[in-house]
Formats: sequence, structure tokens, C-alpha cells
Amino acid sequence: MSFTATKFAPSPLSLNSTTPRSNDKPLSFSFDHSKTNPSSSFLGSTRKLLRFTALAKPRAQARASTPVADVLLQQTSNLLITKEEGLELYEDMILGRFFEDKCAEMYYRGKMFGFVHLYNGQEAVSTGFIKLLKKEDYVVSTYRDHVHALSKGVSSRAVMSELFGKATGCCRGQGGSMHMFSKEHNMLGGFAFIGEGIPVATGAAFSSKYRKEVLNEADADQVTLAFFGDGTCNNGQFYECLNMAALWKLPIVFVVENNLWAIGMSHLRATSDPQIWKKGPAFGMPGIHVDGMDVLKVREVAKEAIERARRGEGPTLVECETYRFRGHSLADPDELRDPAEKEHYAGRDPITALKQYLFENNLASEQELKAIEKKIDEILDDAVEFADNSPLPPRSQLLENVFADPKGFGIGPDGRYRCEDPKFTEGTAQV
Amino acid sequence: MATLFHPPLTAFPTSNKLHLPSPISARKGQIFVVRSDAGMNHLLSRGAHQSRTQKLLTNAVATKPDSSTSSKAGHELLLFEALREGLEEEMERDPRVCVMGEDVGHYGGSYKVTKGLAPKFGDLRVLDTPIAENAFTGMGIGAAMTGLRPIVEGMNMGFLLLAFNQISNNCGMLHYTSGGQFKIPIVIRGPGGVGRQLGAEHSQRLESYFQSIPGIQMVACSTPYNAKGLMKAAIRSENPVILFEHVLLYNLKERIPDEEYVLSLEEAEMVRPGEHVTILTYSRMRYHVMQAAKTLVNKGYDPEVIDIRSLKPFDLHTIGNSVKKTHRVLIVEECMRTGGIGASLTAAITENFNDYLDAPIICLSSQDVPTPYAGTLEEWTVVQPTQIVAAVEQLCQ
Repeated sequence: MSFTATKFAPSPLSLNSTTPRSNDKPLSFSFDHSKTNPSSSFLGSTRKLLRFTALAKPRAQARASTPVADVLLQQTSNLLITKEEGLELYEDMILGRFFEDKCAEMYYRGKMFGFVHLYNGQEAVSTGFIKLLKKEDYVVSTYRDHVHALSKGVSSRAVMSELFGKATGCCRGQGGSMHMFSKEHNMLGGFAFIGEGIPVATGAAFSSKYRKEVLNEADADQVTLAFFGDGTCNNGQFYECLNMAALWKLPIVFVVENNLWAIGMSHLRATSDPQIWKKGPAFGMPGIHVDGMDVLKVREVAKEAIERARRGEGPTLVECETYRFRGHSLADPDELRDPAEKEHYAGRDPITALKQYLFENNLASEQELKAIEKKIDEILDDAVEFADNSPLPPRSQLLENVFADPKGFGIGPDGRYRCEDPKFTEGTAQV
Repeated sequence: MATLFHPPLTAFPTSNKLHLPSPISARKGQIFVVRSDAGMNHLLSRGAHQSRTQKLLTNAVATKPDSSTSSKAGHELLLFEALREGLEEEMERDPRVCVMGEDVGHYGGSYKVTKGLAPKFGDLRVLDTPIAENAFTGMGIGAAMTGLRPIVEGMNMGFLLLAFNQISNNCGMLHYTSGGQFKIPIVIRGPGGVGRQLGAEHSQRLESYFQSIPGIQMVACSTPYNAKGLMKAAIRSENPVILFEHVLLYNLKERIPDEEYVLSLEEAEMVRPGEHVTILTYSRMRYHVMQAAKTLVNKGYDPEVIDIRSLKPFDLHTIGNSVKKTHRVLIVEECMRTGGIGASLTAAITENFNDYLDAPIICLSSQDVPTPYAGTLEEWTVVQPTQIVAAVEQLCQ
């Protein structure tokens, strides 16, 4: 694994800058110039669909064809994961997929409202990264945040109930689909505007550094993962934060979930140089491109990037090339994307790929995986039932969390703080 | 923690006091909260005067000497030094308190509010950021969510427009949307207001833009005394607080207590008690009002002047009591007329105290124009003392 800061430092400008993007080489952050392949082109181009067929070949062959992956395999073991890890990944991905399917069902049944953005197809990214985290580590997500919250450990009940707008939701029904928070799990939220979560994630990473260096908390080695999409990479906050994170060597990993599309705007029509990972070296950090439809590849890259952050060596930019199987949100008719493109990616379903790997390497039986699916089905049925039966937020809740310090509500006509007014907690006081 | 930073008291000769205030440990057990009417405004009349504002101020101060504070001597300093003293004391008291912004560290801040803090507390606690308001404000919010208590400086208040999304969506809403799970104990502060021919972009009053963001508390300081007390209160508050400073007030001099004190963020300050009319103002306009007050007193009027200080929420208790006494209200603000603080204040008074009013409220605000560069035009943009006198005469007819 070659993206350490020391190897990287002597010639930062030349690094990666000519390394082509290739799905065959998930570890293309290699700084070896001999590996350059000028003929390679950006994967997202629908005109290059022919190339995809080559990528869809069985994993064993694909791996054998890449020297970098070979090295990697020898370095670790013959297998990329243990049986337990494999089953954990599978369960998490199934949870993400089934949860989102359940959301669609509930949305169309009128149980949840508003904008609901589903994660189907991108599970390998959430699972590949977040399952490597410790509980103290931070996750900052976007408006497509249900599955990040689930992977981080927020219960299906709490997330489903939030979507139902119930008082038992993880944010008491005050957040909704795009604002999932859990202090217990250090889930710092879903952020509904493009890019606004990245500075917040950078702040969380700054906190870790501050706690370690100023407050002398020896155990303050939390890593922050900032998830965002390809569209965000044309937004100023992305660049501002790459700069600051690299400048101060903050323990953060910038995870781009490049699903190739905004709503109806292709990444290729929006971005002058569509290879997002290239922007890392420009800021003095490694930029890595990985097949975001392959949870094991994502996991390997994630492992190194997270460890690198934890070691205090600074941030990493990881571009996961992935695809969403559904429209942008449940309100999006999804008419612009080429059916052939959708079909192609449907054939690269990350869950099917993991399943295949588990079978091929005798890590799991059909029966075991079925048992997991059944378990998740039961969990989700329970979550829906829980959400359905949960109470709606009472009116008194309306004003409760506007200010953390209730004195912020000011002094009432009687000279006392308004928060002391009994009518206040009943929700009838005017603020 | 604080004791770590304390050299012996003898290391602070009196002549250095302005720059190196005596350490907190020397004042332990002396923390007291001062109500606004126990201020030390009479002391403003002492000291050198360097600016037009300063002269206006000296002439205008009409409050009676105060004998109720426990401070005998106090120490004299400028407003920016008072802010720094408050900041420094809080940083000594709580190691989670940190400062971030453009040129706040090695340079000491564009108005020197953070001068000397970086050498004392280190580069991480007084963080020089790149010129990226959106990102470093968001970073402050993320740091606040995860346990720190950052003070973010906008080098000029107007620059915070670049961070508006972070301030509105994240600072103001996260506590609520997270169902109360995350607190954002951040202070956002910086110099605003119409200065001396700084041009339109550097002469902005953002309080009208920020006031409708739910979950944000806003306070404006106007004297060294309240600047320090409000700074400390803002840092200690669990709410996101925007502290408005004014470019023309940084060099105001005042003697403030040696003892530690913290003010209430939600409380208005009675500047001059009176009987005939209530004049509500804040920040720099306080001094235009006080200048007008002198003329008004000579003309036989007895105006009550209140510095509302808390721009959100309004201290309707103090304001209401005054309205019930005078039955007439004049609002003088530097904010824009349309959708400004004065407009909100007018609405709040009409809603709550309409029965007590003998005349319609008059609100004097800045003109709805981008602040022009030319000195004459700029002067006509903001409210002048003669207008205040005329408005009071009209109200009291």
C-alpha cells in the first residue's frame, strides 16, 4: 500500500497526475509511473459501455490481471476477509438494501413524505467504509443518509420511526429523511444541501486533533468520514476543506460516492476533469479511485485511508465509482439515464458480487445468507411496526429544541426566563 | 488548567495592565454578574479621546455616577482590549475554548481583538485559517458539535455572508433537527456597521439578515464594559451566539472592574432613565442618541435611553416597563429600514404594549441604499443626532 505521506511527499505534483482511471486497478493511487495507461478513459462515459463487459468478469480473473492487486493479496492472505467479516458485510449491505426497499414501499403507502433519497446500488461504499470504524469515529453524510446511519449502528427502528415523523425517531421526528443524527453513534448528520457537511466533518476532525494535542487526551484518535457525491466536487466547500484538512493533517477521509449523476445532469457534463480522485494530490493528499460496486475493494482502500488518518498522517480523498439503482429521489421519474447504462450497473450489483465471492471462497453457504436475509426481513417488519405504533410528537415538543440553552428564549413579561413559564413546555407560549 | 498559564502576580507591573490583565487566580471567588443598570458609564468621560465618536460620546453621557459596584479601582481599557480580556479569561478558564478565523493568530486579528493570544495559547487554540469563510465557519460548527467551544471571527461581518449557509442551516438548525442531541456552543463575532468610508461591502449590518434564523441568539456590544461581559456570556452559552461589534467603537475607552463579571445575554441596558419618551437603540447609534439626548435635555425633555443589546430575543421586560412609563417610543438603529431590527422591534412593541402607546412608534433606520463611499453621502445614510431630536419633538407634541 503506497499512499503514505512519506513516499508521497517528495514529488507531490507528479503524483497520480498521469495515472489513468481504471476499474481494473482499484488501487490506482499507486505512484508508480510505469503503470500509466494513457488509453484508459473515464468509466462513466456511456460511450465506453463496451469496456464494462471486461470489468464484469469474475473477480478471480480481474484480480489476477492487476499487479497491484496481486501484491496486495500476497501481503495479506489468500482471502480478503474472514467468514465472520464476510457475513457482517453481507448483513449490513442487505440491511441497507432491504431498508431502502421498505422505504419505497412505505412512501408509496403514504407512511412517509417529503424527499426520500434511496441508496440502492451504493451499499458497498457505506458498508465498506463504516464497518471498519470504531464507535467513537464520526460519520457525516448527505441527504442520502439512511444507510450511513444504519451502518454506523443506528437502529432500524429509530431511522424508520424518524422517517414516519414519530416521536421515537432518532431525531424525535424533527429531522426527517435528510437529517439523520445520532449522538450515541457519533453520526453527525445528514446534510441536505450539497457540500455543507464537509466543513462540519472537517470540524469534527479538527476536534480530534485538538483533543489530542491541546487537551492531551491520549485516546482521542477518532477518524471522521465525510461522504458526499460527485456533484459536490464542483462546489467550493469541497476545495476549501481539502485544503484545510491537508494543511493541518486532520484525521479525515473524504469519500466521494460518484454515482455518475446529479438528478438529470451527468457527471461528465458537469465536470471539466471527471476524475475526481486527481484532486487529492493537487492538495497534497493521496487521491484514490476504487470500484464502488465492490465492497472488498472499497474495504481495502478504506482500511488504509482510515488507518492513515488514525496514525496522524492526514486526510485521503477516495473516489468510489458507484451507481444508484433508483431515481435521485422517490419523486424523480428517472427518465434521462440510458436503460443500457442502468442495465449494465444492475449486472454489477455489489450484493450479488459479494455473494459470489463468499460462495466461491467457501466463506458462506446459501443457507447462511438466506438466514441473514430472513433476519433482516424480521428486523424491518419490526421497525415498521414500531414506527407505525409510535406516538406522533406532542405539540409541547414544537419549541423544545430551538435553543440548547433555554435562557436563549429570553425574559418574559414577568421578568423571568420564558423557559420557566409552565406554558412554555406545553407549547402554548409565544416565542 | 488556568493556573498553568499564570506567572506570579509580580510579573504584571501596573503599566502593563492593559495588555496583560491580571490573572484570574488573583480574582477567584469574585465572579459576579452585574445588572445593566449597574454599569460604569460615568467612567467613560475619563481618558483620552481619539475620534469623533469619542467626542460625541463624552458629550453625550448623562448618567449618574454609580457607587454600587464592588470594584474600587478597576482598570481602563479600550473596547477591543475588553473583548480580548474576556476572550483570554475564558480561554484560561476552559481549555475547550478556541478561536478561529482569518489572521486571528500571528497577526492578532484585523482589529487586534486576538492580539497576543496565539503566543500564549498556541496555534491550534488560536487558529489562523485560510480565507474560506464558508469552510472555517462550518468547521467551527463541526468542532462545536463534537465538544469544543469555538469563537469564529469574521474579519469583517460582511464576509460572513459567504458563510450564510453554515450559519443558517447548520448553526441555527442542527440542535433542532437532531432532536436536541447536538449542541452548537459557538460564538460568531466580528466588526460590522458603517465605518469611515469603507464602501458598501465593508459597511454592512447583518443583524437584519440573521435575525430570522431560528436557533440563533444575537447580541450587540457598545461599551468596553458590556463588550467584555457579553463576550464571556456568549462563550459560556450553549447556544450559537452572534456577537456584533462595531468598527467605530473599538477605540472607546472605559474603566471596567478588576473582578470577573459576566453579563446576561438577554438583558437590555438602561443607559439613561427618563420620563418623556423611550429611545431604543443599540451599538454605535447609542452614541448618536446620547448626543441627541444632551440637546433634548437642554430643550426640557427627559428621554429614557435603552441599549437593547439583545437583538434576539428582545428584552421585552425592560422595554415594556419603559413603554408603560413613557407611552412613547423612538427606535434608532443603524440597520436597514426594510426588515431591520427596528421593524421587528416595532412589531413586538405593537403586539405586546399597544394599549400603553400614546403615539405611533417612530423608527429611524439607515436608508435602504448600499452604503456610499463619499463621506457626505455616507453620513446621510445613517441616522444623525439632529434627526433624533426632531423625532422626539414630533413624538412629544
